[in-house]
This record gives sequence, C-alpha cells and structure tokens, in this order.
Amino acid sequence: MSDAIVLTGRAIRLSRRNLDAVLTAMLLPVMLMLVFVYFFGGAIDTGTEYVTYVVPGVMLLCAGFGSANTAVTVTHDMTGGIIDRFRSLDVGGTAIVAGHVAASVLRNAVATAIVFGVAFLIGFRPAAGPPAWLAVAGILLLFILTISWLSACFGLIARSPEAAGGFTFLMMFLPYPSSAFVPIDTMPGWLHGFAQHQPVTPVIETLRALLLDRPAGDSAWQALVWCGAILAVAVALSGVLFRRRTA
Amino acid sequence: MTDEPAIEARGLEKSYGAVRVLEGVDLSVARGSVFALLGPNGAGKTTTVRILATLTTPDAGRARVAGFDVVAERRRVRRAISLTGQYAAVDETQTGAENLWMMGRLTRLGRADARRRAQELLERFDLADAGRRAVGTYSGGMRRRLDLAAGLVGRPEVIFLDEPTTGLDPRSRQAMWEVVKGLVGDGVTVFLTTQYLEEADQLADRIAVVDGGRVVAEGTSAQLKERVAGQRLDLVLDGADAFAETARLLGARLVWSDADRLTLGVATDGSAAHIRGLLDEIDPGRRAVDRFTVRGATLDDVFLALTGHGAAHDTTPGTAGDKESTRV
Repeated sequence: MSDAIVLTGRAIRLSRRNLDAVLTAMLLPVMLMLVFVYFFGGAIDTGTEYVTYVVPGVMLLCAGFGSANTAVTVTHDMTGGIIDRFRSLDVGGTAIVAGHVAASVLRNAVATAIVFGVAFLIGFRPAAGPPAWLAVAGILLLFILTISWLSACFGLIARSPEAAGGFTFLMMFLPYPSSAFVPIDTMPGWLHGFAQHQPVTPVIETLRALLLDRPAGDSAWQALVWCGAILAVAVALSGVLFRRRTA
Repeated sequence: MTDEPAIEARGLEKSYGAVRVLEGVDLSVARGSVFALLGPNGAGKTTTVRILATLTTPDAGRARVAGFDVVAERRRVRRAISLTGQYAAVDETQTGAENLWMMGRLTRLGRADARRRAQELLERFDLADAGRRAVGTYSGGMRRRLDLAAGLVGRPEVIFLDEPTTGLDPRSRQAMWEVVKGLVGDGVTVFLTTQYLEEADQLADRIAVVDGGRVVAEGTSAQLKERVAGQRLDLVLDGADAFAETARLLGARLVWSDADRLTLGVATDGSAAHIRGLLDEIDPGRRAVDRFTVRGATLDDVFLALTGHGAAHDTTPGTAGDKESTRV
C-alpha cells in the first residue's frame, strides 16, 4: 500500500511535467463541446436546450479520453529500464498500476471540473440538487477509475507507447454510437442494439437524469454493474498481465 | 553464514524459444569482492544477471544470492540486492533528488531519512549541483552515476551492474570506474558484466569469461593471462610479401595476425636468447622484419585463445601490458 502511495506521488509529478498531454486531454473535450453546441447543436432536436443535453456526453468523452492516457504511461514504464529497478526493489505490479491509475483519477477529476466550468459559462443550467451532484461526482469517479484501470491493462499488453496511444482513440469514439450527442432513435436501426446496450449509454443516461433531476430508471444500476464488472475484470487482468509480461 | 559466498550458481540454464542462452553456468563470488562476467554480446551476461537478480527464473539449475535462493526466497534476495541495468532506470522528468527520494521511500525509508540519503548520495556522486534539475538535462555520464546512486539508496549487500559503462565516452568511463572502486570499501559485493576487457582488468578481483552461454574460464586477471603465453613477440613486417612468407613459416605458432598493420604475433618467454633465435629463424636474410615489440599477454589474447574469436568491439591492441619497441 505504501508503495502505491509513493508511486502515485511519482505519477502525479510525471503528469505535472508532461503538461501538453494533460492540456490536450482538457482542451479537446472543451473544443468538442463548443463544436457540438455552436456548430451542430442548432440542427439537433433533443427536446431540451442542446448544451444541457450534451454535457453528460462531453463529460464521458473527457473522462474516457483522459483516462485512456494511462495506457501510455504504463507502457512507458514497462518498456523502460525502470520496471527492472522497481521489481528488484520488490515493488509489486499492482502498486505500479495503482500509482498510474490514482494519478489518472486525480488528473481527470481536475479536467472534468474544468469542463463543467466551461459548460456553465456557455449556458449549462442543470436542475440537480446537492445529493444529485454528489451522485454525479461518484459515477464520474467510478467511470474514470474503471477506464483508467482498463487502459492500464491495455498498457500492459502494448509493446510501445505509440501502440498504447491507440486505446485513446477507442475511448474517443465509444461515446459517439451512444446517446451522448444525439438521441439513439435518430440513428439507423442496425445501430440501435449496440448504442442502447453499450456500457457508455447507461452511464450517460444516469448522469443526464441526475443533472436534469429526472428519474434515472434502470440505467443507474446498469451503469453501476457495467463499471463495477469492468473494473473487477481489469484489476484481476492487470495482475495476470503484469506477471505474464515480467515472467 | 559469513563464509558462504555472496553469490553461488550451479548449472544455470535458460532458453528463449529455440535459442539456448545459458547452457549451464556455474559461479561463485566471495563476499566483499568485485566479480566481472566478461563476454561478447549475446554470450548470456544479461540473462545471468537477470536470473541472479530474481527478474528471470532459470529453466534449470540453482542460485543463491546473499544466502537466499533466487527462486524460492525471491523477496528476501530482493531486499539484499540492487540492479543497475544497461538502460537508465530513472525518470527523465523527475529531478535527480526526486528520483533518489522515491527509491528511498520504496526501500522503506521514512520521509526524512529518504531525503537525507538522497542528498548524501548526490554529494558522493558529484551530482549535488544537478540534484534539482530534471534528469532529462543530464549528460550520459551523470545519468549513469545517478542510476548507480539509485541502486545504492537501500544499502544493498550485493550490487549488480549490467554493463555499467557501455556507451560512455572515455572520461565518463574513467569516472564511473572510480565510483565502482569506491563501492568496495563499503564491504559490499559487486557483480558486474562487461564486454570491455580493460574494464574487467581494472575493476575485478576475479573474472569469469562467458561465451555461448557457458563459463569458459575463471580466475584473477593474472591467472587468466597466464593461461596463454606469458609474453608475446609482435613482428612488424617489411611488406605484404614478407608478411605472407613469415606467416607461412610460423604456421601454427602464430598467435596473432593483423594484415593491415603487417603485424604477426608469436609466443615467447621473453628471454634475449629466445627472441634472437626466433628472429634468426624467421628472418635469416635480415630484411623481412622491420620492427618488433615484446609485450605481456593481454586479456585480449586470453579472450581470443578461450573463445576462438576476438572481443565484440575494437579494443586497441597494446593498451595493456608492457611495451617496448626496438629498431632492428
């Protein structure tokens, strides 16, 4: 545990000094939000103010994109000399991964707060009370934690930081075939099945319901089950992958 | 306990797929000594170090380091050793001090102790001024010194150095040698690998020569040199024809040949009578041999004799051993 804390501190220092990556992870979702709200938003009928509709999707895009960067930082460690030093100091794989994941959660919590700030500036007016806001924060943190740990697994598989960067792209696109930016019933029929049932959709629906003070229905527990299950698999898988990689 | 060697390996074998990297390596390293594993690229040096440092498990054979089995008691071995590999194992974007502090914390030092230890090591390795700078701004030599310092934070009993000076310029190499020599006073055991004969000669109490996954010779530098002729007579010939003719005359007695420099080497006991006799025999007309040199055998000769091929890099012949040049 104490190793994980030391390595979290390290990962935070490394992030702070890799500001371009952090800025990209913050600016990109903000830019996309502006593009959607001002360029496309006028043409999309969602039944509410578009900015209010799109913010949960932008949040997930931001969190997913930022968390996916964990793959790159993990691969960087695994392919450099430092992994041998850590192992010869008897630092376990879980502590190494946990350090990167914890730094990622912190980084993305900050990024998410900034995106919320910009959203407020351009007219986002949610109806949520304090308990709903707490729930929003909790779900976002769980989502960030899940994606971070999942991308750490990807980082343990990838052979180079460039390859690990591919995971960021996957996470960039996953919110598009969901209810993030447009209602699903405007998509072609063959896409409905995927868009309805992919993990991102219940998370977005839950966030949207909480922010607009509407009932979340089944999407809340679906979101929790999806995230919890993926997180559990990712944690177990990262242990196996680390041992296989260093055998 | 103290009589037990710091490192003991018996019959280590390791294959990667169809490639047999180690074919039964036996080693014994006394506590408090410097031991060099010398061999060309691909001889199995790094694999041996990785097995001894618990990072790789052997397919067969056993090894004990600091009194513990490297497989069954891996964690206890890890607490007693440090490994400094060929690739700098420090973070480029952290400062030197931050890197050392982090290593201190990972070896279970308290916050204040870790800070003190980091400062102490920065000063000892002549990095005190650079301690607050990101490692990315360091020179190659500074980075190696920091890397070595990072390996010492936890006061290990056994230090593994995998090719500590590969890629360094001569001055940084010299500085690194001084640092390694300084470690010995602390009573630690140093196990280093190198492809530089001179490095093994300079640093190590004992040397094991590895080639093709086996130890082909072991002993002190002096013992190894005695395994080939004690002295060598190098003849510089007067031209290509003389070179070819003399090479033919010497036949199997030839221990060294360098056509570019028109030089041939032959074993000798170094006595005037023997050399005079050799010269008369080879060059009765007194025209073929231009100059000659008598020199002590170098590790280069040992290497050549033991492995059947030269070292993997271009060592300059004649940098070690006595050298006297005489006009005939």
